[in-house]
Amino acid sequence: MDKYRCTVCGYIYDPALGDPTAGIPAGTAFDKLPDSWVCPECGAPKDMFEKV
Amino acid sequence: MKTVEIKKGIYWVGVVDWNIRTFHGHTYTTKRGSTYNAYLIIDEKVTLVDSVYGPFAGELIERIREIVPVEKIDHIVVNHIEMDHSGALPELMKLCPKAKLFGTAKCKEGLSKMYYPEGGGTSGWDFQVVKTGDKLKLGKRTLTFIEAPMIHWPDSMFTYCAEEELLFPNDAFGQHYATSERFDDETDQCALMDETAKYYANILWPFSGMISRKIDEILKMSISIKMIAPSHGVIWRNDPMKIINSYISWTKNETKPKAVVVYETMYGSTAMMAMKIVEGLVDGGVEVKLFDIAISDKSEVNNQMLDAKAYIFGSSTHDNDMLSTIAGFLEFLKGLKPKNRIGAAFGSCGWAGGAIPALEQMMKEIGIEQVLPSISVKYVPDENELKKCCEMGAELAKKITGKA
Repeated sequence: MDKYRCTVCGYIYDPALGDPTAGIPAGTAFDKLPDSWVCPECGAPKDMFEKV
Repeated sequence: MKTVEIKKGIYWVGVVDWNIRTFHGHTYTTKRGSTYNAYLIIDEKVTLVDSVYGPFAGELIERIREIVPVEKIDHIVVNHIEMDHSGALPELMKLCPKAKLFGTAKCKEGLSKMYYPEGGGTSGWDFQVVKTGDKLKLGKRTLTFIEAPMIHWPDSMFTYCAEEELLFPNDAFGQHYATSERFDDETDQCALMDETAKYYANILWPFSGMISRKIDEILKMSISIKMIAPSHGVIWRNDPMKIINSYISWTKNETKPKAVVVYETMYGSTAMMAMKIVEGLVDGGVEVKLFDIAISDKSEVNNQMLDAKAYIFGSSTHDNDMLSTIAGFLEFLKGLKPKNRIGAAFGSCGWAGGAIPALEQMMKEIGIEQVLPSISVKYVPDENELKKCCEMGAELAKKITGKA
């Protein structure tokens, strides 16, 4: 599964880790994240991420 | 300096930092000084919006006391945790420990890290996390909070007061501009817009995407904004849409037919090339700014970059690379994330070279479209090579003006 980088702050979403701060379990692919999900570091929306 | 009533019952209680000469460490020159603006709303609940830099806590407290005893403060809105706006909080909270603070979740997280254990830490502070759309009734007036992440830190927030048609956007729309006047229409317009653009270029430019979305969101809310009270510089009351429209243009990376030539030279050869490129650009009808970056103020160069279509970079070769000052400047520029720019590279070298490929690689990383082949000369440019530099300027001018 691909990692994605936040183009605003540089945070990398790693599907292997998920996003525990938002209740996203490990193993969740980036495109399975809900549209309301935002970067846990800076709050940028999902469409401001790019594939690493 | 006295408090200033900006609306009936709402006071500027900030401070003017006349003598600050560099900001964000030494990355941003503040030749006109700055201000840290805080606003006191007198209502059934006495509310302070933002605070000031720590060393000025006493001045803030004194100014609040001109209006109301500090102990009477019920609420403190923390739009942004950065030290120049939150540094006075530990001192202030000693005087009004029961005041309730309002800010985003990231604000709460950041404050507790910044002020632990100084001032007893923030653990005893009554902090309410707020989100976009949350309201706080003060009495006659109600504040509405609008989260504004990355404008310009994750914790950033705007506060809006509908009854007064007043927006407190913290660092957005701010300027490092120390003045005895508090309003835009009372001050020199050229200096004001110069400092507003410089602030955007050096601090907000990388976040243009987030700013553009936030402005759209606010415009769609159809709220009336008659006054914008930022956390630095003067208050916009004359024509708030003027500054909003400037921001919209900057978020779109709109440019004018203008070129900025930035170079660094060892014995003057690269400088000679730069002068000839400028000659060609000027003859081609383009506005040009030229900077020897080794002796220039980088944050002023960034200001000139904001509305320029073309960036032309030159460097002598040193140790098979570009010189270190221009390398540092280009790193800074890369972080500002300029978009839709064209450019070219040039420079002089003695033997194998190295500056040109390094400049080309960096321009690629910044995202500048290199529209002409680079010019490299050995040692000192001859007449023919200088003519080529002039032609490069002329060709670039055609591309900038769309005549090519």
